Amino acid sequence: MSIEQAERRRASALVAPALLWTLAFFVLPFAGMVWLSLGHLEGREVVAGPGPENYVRIFTDPSFLKGIRVSLEITLVVTVISVVLAWPLAWIIAMRVPQRWQRLALMLAVLPFWTSYVVRSYSWALVLGANGVVMQALIGAGIIDEPVQIMATRTATVIGFVHFFVMLLTLTIYSNLVQLSPNYARAAADLGASGWQVIRLVILPLTLPGVMTGAFLTFVLCIGDYITPQILGGNNELTLPQLIMLQLGRRGDFPMASALSVVLMALVTLAYAASARWLKMDRV
Amino acid sequence: MSKTRFPLRAALAGTAAVVTLAAPAMAAEELNALIWCDHADADLLKPFEDAHDVRVNTKEYEGTAAGLAILDQSQPGDWDVMVIDAVDVGRAVERGVFAPLDPAEFPMGDYFPELTLDSHNSVDGTTYAVTEKFGYNTIAFNKAKVDEADMEDMGSLWSGKYDGKIAIYDYYLPVMGLVGLSQGVATKDLSAANLETLRDPLYKLKAASRQVSDVVASQTALATGEVDVLIGGGEWLTAVLHSENPDLDWTIPKQGALLWAQSIAVLKDSQNPDLAKEFVKYIVSPEGQARLATSSCYWGMPVNKKAGEVLDDSQKAVLRWDQQADYLSRAQLYPVPDADLDAEMQSMWTDMLQQ
Repeated sequence: MSIEQAERRRASALVAPALLWTLAFFVLPFAGMVWLSLGHLEGREVVAGPGPENYVRIFTDPSFLKGIRVSLEITLVVTVISVVLAWPLAWIIAMRVPQRWQRLALMLAVLPFWTSYVVRSYSWALVLGANGVVMQALIGAGIIDEPVQIMATRTATVIGFVHFFVMLLTLTIYSNLVQLSPNYARAAADLGASGWQVIRLVILPLTLPGVMTGAFLTFVLCIGDYITPQILGGNNELTLPQLIMLQLGRRGDFPMASALSVVLMALVTLAYAASARWLKMDRV
Repeated sequence: MSKTRFPLRAALAGTAAVVTLAAPAMAAEELNALIWCDHADADLLKPFEDAHDVRVNTKEYEGTAAGLAILDQSQPGDWDVMVIDAVDVGRAVERGVFAPLDPAEFPMGDYFPELTLDSHNSVDGTTYAVTEKFGYNTIAFNKAKVDEADMEDMGSLWSGKYDGKIAIYDYYLPVMGLVGLSQGVATKDLSAANLETLRDPLYKLKAASRQVSDVVASQTALATGEVDVLIGGGEWLTAVLHSENPDLDWTIPKQGALLWAQSIAVLKDSQNPDLAKEFVKYIVSPEGQARLATSSCYWGMPVNKKAGEVLDDSQKAVLRWDQQADYLSRAQLYPVPDADLDAEMQSMWTDMLQQ
């Protein structure tokens, strides 16, 4: 056996556990879910397909179409706002905070991850409510006379999401920023670039892998999240995960829930395809 | 195209393996109960555990389909007893998961007569479950913020006076039942033929509401003053908040209310059927009933009238013990839709949420 063959076998042996794991716990269940999505409920029994009924309904029923649209709108808004807020924060931590304080700054940045996701959402419900801190502060400051409804709106959902995802993006962008050699900025400054030009033309493009990786993770986690829109959105419009739960709760319409999950998966795949050229995980 | 039953059990086999591993260890002195959150209260379970030297392992679930899916994914014998929405006992019996019960072994004579619910708990003359707790889906409100007289008429909810101060309980069976009552449609008469008459009032109700929320979010909204009225609420929602805010109250309007009821059954494949039956007996005993009625998760009326001898006066006042005869006469049972009507109701509910 040549050295190359032996190396290949060794590599295969090393990769095999991960491949088997993925096959057993992702590929096979996913294939099962796709197959289930082609079935339908007859009475209360799940009947095997294959048939396109569920997908036809998803793309023709206005309520389901709205679910897809609402999910995409919320996810895109959250992703953009989170990137806009996280980049300067990461830059300040990486470039302006003295190195000995950076660890503390990062720890403060990830503090929201330490609390339960559900508890955090309910906390936002109390903060954003008509009698919550925000409204009472605005009324106390004389800015508004009556509470403005934020709780149980899309705005509340977006705020809850952004609070969480800014932290995630800050980490991915920060880890990208600290890998950059300071010589890039120095060279640009030597060639006459202003501070703003250095950031805009040199630093920002070089952090694109970190931004895109964080943005993609934000997209995936946000579009698949059930808790935040359920607690903060007040069910005034349903996202895809909420529609999926609705199929399961009482009637147990597993085929329709599976079809909606496949659509959700397809949206994530499209997002990956759109951002794949920038996703350089090794740079993050 | 030939139709074959989808092998859901087989499809979930992988999950079943995981659930099996995670399921509570089976032992003679253990009882595994698939329950609603009110049964997880240690004050309810401990007297039974002490009396029988047994440990009761509980798993909470929400939604009948979710409960039945857990059974599908479990090994036969993993579960001994199950709490279930009384309207769905028939669904579980269709799947063959419940063991027959002899009603003579339970204190049916002490029940409020309206709550034996043979129509729900029995199939073809065989009893498979017994009712254990009940209450009302009606109108809950903050009496410091609303005119109590308005709450006696469901019409006030559409009047515009409470726009933006209303929350709707997120469960289509009781809320659509209530909307039906407001339109003069009795729950037993709800059908595909008259379902459309509910669409317009349902949409208008949504337009007047601030949110459609589950139990915890509804309680939070009412407790924090986010909303003043909860459609679909009742003692099960306000009772646990009563000590903190006595202004949170509920009533049955002149159009009536929906009667909710939960049942308990022994699983056919239980490894410990005698102990399981003892647990059911304990739950419907006066002591068990009083503890279940005042569970820390949510309160509700006991079905066994003798629980009144165990409950104290303040507890009975919160439960409106003395008004039950009147309330029961004005409440209607949940709609019991067949699968097709159920699908249509859920579809209309989805449309309403997306308005």
